[in-house]
Amino acid sequence: MPAKALDARALAALAANPGCRRRAILDGAGVNKAALAGALGSPSAFGQSQFALVRGNAFEAKVKADGGTELLRLAHEKLDRGSEPPAEARVPDLTAQGPQGRTARTELALREAAGAPGAWTLLDHPMLALDVAGSPAFLEPDAVVVHPDGSWTVVEIKSFPLLDGAADPAKVGAAARQAAVYVLALEQVAARVEPAPRVRHRILLVCPKDFSNLPTASAVDVRKQRAVTARQLARLTRIEEIADALPEGTCFSPDLPAEQLTRAVEAVPAAYAPECLSACELAFHCRDRSRAEGAVTSLGRPVRAELGGLTTVEDVLAAARGEAGDPDDPAVAALRRAAALRAEALGTASREVAPCP
Amino acid sequence: MSLIATLARLEAVSTGRAQPAATVRHRHLSTRPLVFVPLITAGEAGAPLGALVGTDRDAPRLLAVPQPRDRDLRFAFLAELADVVLPYIDGFADVVEPAERSETDPETGKRVKVEVELCADAPQLIVPSRAGIDLVRLLGRSTRFRRTAEQDPETPFPAPPRVPLLGRWLTHFGERARVPGSSLLLAMTDVLGRHWATGQSSLEDQHLGALLAWIAPPEGRSGAEAAQEAELARDAAGQLLCPPAGPATDPAFDNRLLAPAIERYDRARTALAAAEDGLEADDRLGALTAAEREIRALVASRTRPTWDAVWQGLDLLRELPEGSRVEERWTRDRWSFTGHRDRVASGEPPQPRRDDAVTAANKLATREREQSRLEAQEALDDPLVMAARRLSGEAFAGEVVDVVMAYSESKRPSPRPLVTVRTDDGPHLGERARAYRSLGGKPQTVEFVGYEDGPEGGLLVLRVLDRMGRGKEPEPGSVPEKGDRLCFTLFEHEPRGGAKLPDPEETPWTHGGPPGEEPAPEPADQVTEEDIL
Repeated sequence: MPAKALDARALAALAANPGCRRRAILDGAGVNKAALAGALGSPSAFGQSQFALVRGNAFEAKVKADGGTELLRLAHEKLDRGSEPPAEARVPDLTAQGPQGRTARTELALREAAGAPGAWTLLDHPMLALDVAGSPAFLEPDAVVVHPDGSWTVVEIKSFPLLDGAADPAKVGAAARQAAVYVLALEQVAARVEPAPRVRHRILLVCPKDFSNLPTASAVDVRKQRAVTARQLARLTRIEEIADALPEGTCFSPDLPAEQLTRAVEAVPAAYAPECLSACELAFHCRDRSRAEGAVTSLGRPVRAELGGLTTVEDVLAAARGEAGDPDDPAVAALRRAAALRAEALGTASREVAPCP
Repeated sequence: MSLIATLARLEAVSTGRAQPAATVRHRHLSTRPLVFVPLITAGEAGAPLGALVGTDRDAPRLLAVPQPRDRDLRFAFLAELADVVLPYIDGFADVVEPAERSETDPETGKRVKVEVELCADAPQLIVPSRAGIDLVRLLGRSTRFRRTAEQDPETPFPAPPRVPLLGRWLTHFGERARVPGSSLLLAMTDVLGRHWATGQSSLEDQHLGALLAWIAPPEGRSGAEAAQEAELARDAAGQLLCPPAGPATDPAFDNRLLAPAIERYDRARTALAAAEDGLEADDRLGALTAAEREIRALVASRTRPTWDAVWQGLDLLRELPEGSRVEERWTRDRWSFTGHRDRVASGEPPQPRRDDAVTAANKLATREREQSRLEAQEALDDPLVMAARRLSGEAFAGEVVDVVMAYSESKRPSPRPLVTVRTDDGPHLGERARAYRSLGGKPQTVEFVGYEDGPEGGLLVLRVLDRMGRGKEPEPGSVPEKGDRLCFTLFEHEPRGGAKLPDPEETPWTHGGPPGEEPAPEPADQVTEEDIL
């Protein structure tokens, strides 16, 4: 089973749930979580329609056609109007062997561009390395643009439409979080260059315009996402620490029998919340576990936040019924009050006497 | 989410069945709604793949686009959709009742009552999920600027007649759906989620099949089991047993069933175009029809379960009695419908891509006002909603233990009786805070005077301020009596809107200034070669 490299999407998801040790170690070890979820008997529901794939690739190819003329025109128009228009752009060849080779090649190209300022440079699918919880992740942005003033911009090409200048906020948010990871990785590269070039915090989001396939772009400020991601990534428990806590000989190979595999997965604690369903391949497995344990977080993080120290469904209900819990605990008192009011409202409703005419 | 709603969800987990989150129905349901179950093509903006649409649960109209990237087929779909939707809408446009509306007289500047028409009922569109509402809006946007050959003989790729009109109506439905409490366009998952609390998160409630499984689990099974099956169970061929409510389709369906079918259709079409004689063309036309029929069958197989689910949801909702203030909100929907009918009839151009400053500010103000109205009305209609407000200290209920007659200190003393109420609730009452109770459907105002024996005692003294008539003695029944059980709210029953916004001609320069001359009708979207990939 080949190792699965961490991509920016996975990192953004990881940063959204930094307390999940299970995800941290599986991603850190390059485990193919989709295969693992299948072997555990809770296959993930992720998949991409070939229609979306074809359309996305066709769009990206169109944006980057002719040496990126259109892409650079958009970068000039949306981000850097003061500089000279990109007439002659450099598009260095970034092909190399393996991710390490490509990362080195990218860094070299960026250094060359920094050494010869005054021109536009387009890096098509560069490769960047980012240290995540003690192990390197290789990231591949759609493109990076070097401006004539030597600053760098991350380009994100998406196939959802920019309709009358506005796009689906959820999708833009996801793109911004993803781009923030690239910005962080670029900043690490920039720190090694002398003098350090500026990595712009406004990324270029390129999308189809309205209902056509014509590219249009918008500058998206990712300072907030960058700060959040940086903080979360720093908070990630170092993978060695998690690994040290594992029993000797733990193995996550999807070829193992389901029972043994379940035990291995259970050895690392997870922090399941419903948001995982749209971000993690293992979510259905974790959800089953979370439900079986009666964890209230399976109903959503805000639910958990409301209930104070009570973490399981039965604890909460017992406290609400007055069978358990300390009545002086404000959370318990509020619960009993809520339960009484709810019973009263439902009781009066069933007697069809409205208490509040 | 209030603690009461959380508790309901937890009870649902432990009982394996959804629990009531409302005791009455808070949304209007038409006796003859138009149900619309659309599907779209992944990766393209507003490229419909097909739909089931209609008002008869046993006979939906199936629409399908065998090649979603073909502009002509897309137009054919929209024309067919217009053939269903527009006659349905027109059916409500002609039945009117007289009504009054206050308008500003252009000469005197005074507010005067004007006699106008109000449609006696309005159409209601029901889609399975929130994403369906977005699609209605998107279809509206993609069609309302299109030009027909009649409007503009020069236009390349003219749209079929009535398609732009369909776009204007869909846009109106989509915009109205943003107003809290409106019912012109409803998403079934939202309405069901408003009335039942399931044992899963609100995120998972977006799946119509899972939501229904919690509310009405099959005999002998728990909601959790049935919901999980609805979400995940696949047949031997890897297809979901309960297809997603759309409009997006399952990638496995796209890749394994739809893509090969579309490819066969494309091949059959190319073959037909290359046919050299009539006999050959006949054969190949047969193949093309068969390929098209196959795609139609695929679309039907993915939309029919959702169609049935939407109607099942309607059945469940109809079992709940309608809240008493729902009718009032539906009247607002009827005004909205009548207004748009008049705008279409008077030949106004389609809704602009971007609202001007005054229109946008008005829309926002309306939504804010309707949100607070909805919150107040739902609480007044439904003791369960009121319970949540009582828990949060925004309302209190209790028994009247004492009434002392008192009068205001003025030349003509008016009754200001003092009422003592015993309550277990903990309302957040400041000095002289106002509270309201419903008296014959109108709010009566009381003022908080103080606690009889300290804040812990639960005895509140309130002074009644209005709705007692003009005389010295209060009108019978207008003052609470000892032993009455009453419920007071700290929020107003009929929230007032903010200050009036200026007319568009008076737009301040900070907001772009007054619009110039009569704005030119907005051009249609430029048609590019890229539209057909």
